[in-house]
Amino acid sequence: MNHFSPTRAFDIARIRADFPILSETVRGKPLVFLDSAASAQKPRMVIDAMVHAMEHQYANIHRGLHWMSERTTEAYEAARDAVAGLLNAADRREIVFTHNSTEAINLLAHSFGRGVLKPGQAVVISEMEHHSNIVPWQMLRDAHGIELRVAPITDAGELDMVAYEALLADGKVGLVAITHMSNVLGSYTPAERIIALAHAHGAKVMLDGSQAVVHRRVDVQALDVDFYCFTGHKLYGPTGIGVLYGKRALLDAMPPFMGGGDMISSVTFERTTWAEVPHKFEAGTPPIIEGIGLKAAVDYVQAIGYDAIAAHEAALTEHALARLAAVEGINVIGHAQDRGGVVSFMLDRAHAHDIATLLDRNGIAVRAGHHCAEPLMRRLGLQSTARASFGIYSTVEEIDALADTLGKIREFFA
Amino acid sequence: MFDDVRDLYSATIIERGRRPRHMQRLERFDATAKGDNPMCGDRVQVWVKRAEDGRIADTGFEARGCEISKASADLMVEAVAGHTGEDTKRLFASFRAMAQTGICPDCADFAALRPLASVHEYPSRVKCATLPWHALIAALDGAGSASSE
Repeated sequence: MNHFSPTRAFDIARIRADFPILSETVRGKPLVFLDSAASAQKPRMVIDAMVHAMEHQYANIHRGLHWMSERTTEAYEAARDAVAGLLNAADRREIVFTHNSTEAINLLAHSFGRGVLKPGQAVVISEMEHHSNIVPWQMLRDAHGIELRVAPITDAGELDMVAYEALLADGKVGLVAITHMSNVLGSYTPAERIIALAHAHGAKVMLDGSQAVVHRRVDVQALDVDFYCFTGHKLYGPTGIGVLYGKRALLDAMPPFMGGGDMISSVTFERTTWAEVPHKFEAGTPPIIEGIGLKAAVDYVQAIGYDAIAAHEAALTEHALARLAAVEGINVIGHAQDRGGVVSFMLDRAHAHDIATLLDRNGIAVRAGHHCAEPLMRRLGLQSTARASFGIYSTVEEIDALADTLGKIREFFA
Repeated sequence: MFDDVRDLYSATIIERGRRPRHMQRLERFDATAKGDNPMCGDRVQVWVKRAEDGRIADTGFEARGCEISKASADLMVEAVAGHTGEDTKRLFASFRAMAQTGICPDCADFAALRPLASVHEYPSRVKCATLPWHALIAALDGAGSASSE
């Protein structure tokens, strides 16, 4: 599976050749895909692994006594090993498969929120959360008497660490659930300090790594983070599979989320006992093909290596910030010190949707809207932004095309 | 570079979007409603003043949104002047069909709205064009608010 020798320089042409969709044209123009933060494109290895499973090696898993089922179980469980390796989890059983990040957070809000947290305790989120890390906690608040506290951000778009620590001071906080990287501003949050402060005040921490794990190495043991979630489709894998990492002792202490097959030890009409983790949290037939695809995606990312990925994307981001800053009338939203390849912006003369439509007419795909982060938009005094986001296959030339076209859009609305 | 979007961003749409003629809150009005597009955060509020016979005497709006939604609201104000509530709903049904399909069923009735026909080529933008109409219909129905979803 290792397509890249360790000494090989980051070869952008070779990486782009791995992604079949990048040779497509849109409206007669080469596709410039700058919307990877919404969902990333898929390399040939992921596509082939999924097709191979369906063509040659597929059956339901964990229960079959026949060859196909046993081989498919092995392939699916190999994905768990791959993800455990990706996150440097101490134990493969700490990797729970869900369908996406949203389900991972809902699982945590349900099982940890209702099963471990007590009414009167508090959960801390931040002002720059995706709706998926806001709404489950509001539902927990309303159903279970949990107080929801919101850590503010600074005008630069960084977590306000002084205010954050103050929210922890009374010792009532049982869980901190904060993004590891903003999907709007590109800001990383200081994971080590967030976790150290929370632990010092008796709180556990869940980091939403949906964006971050795509761009930088995450070591859950080094971070000492209690829970970490991400989704497969942003990491060059398929839709329909996500991950919740949790420390073993914490997962063991949590009740199940959904009931059904695969998550039980034994069932009678009087009493059911639960399977061991992670299966306790994986009711029903899991996303088998998607798990096999996720393993291929993780292998692909690991083979390129986070050092090479981070270096490439840091160079792209630096180039993008410089090129965009030179576009007249542009306002880049957020300027955190530690930031990754997600850049939101506005133009003085054009609404974000008009920008997106005109970019699209030139084959350039960006996102426009509130990015599922309405409270952050309100904090920033905005309704919507346009957002360009980069992946391992993004190029300096694509960013130049974006900046050049934005300049022309401004002229168009003169 | 943008020649192929001149169909949607025509001179009329850009002019009406950038310098709407009717973007104002009516001081005296009989009905008002807000329209929200929850997917994008666009918002419009419409105020309606009726004549003694119940027909629309004047309409004003305030909008926070893209060129398409503001231009659509501005053209709508002129298109519905003098119409009854029922006429307005029929006009909206025709307009929505045009925005979705590009075909202009009763075009003689609303030639002024034709610049918006091209929006059908941009499915994600159709709701931008129909949002002010949803708000207007909600105002006429006394509903207070409407969503383009």
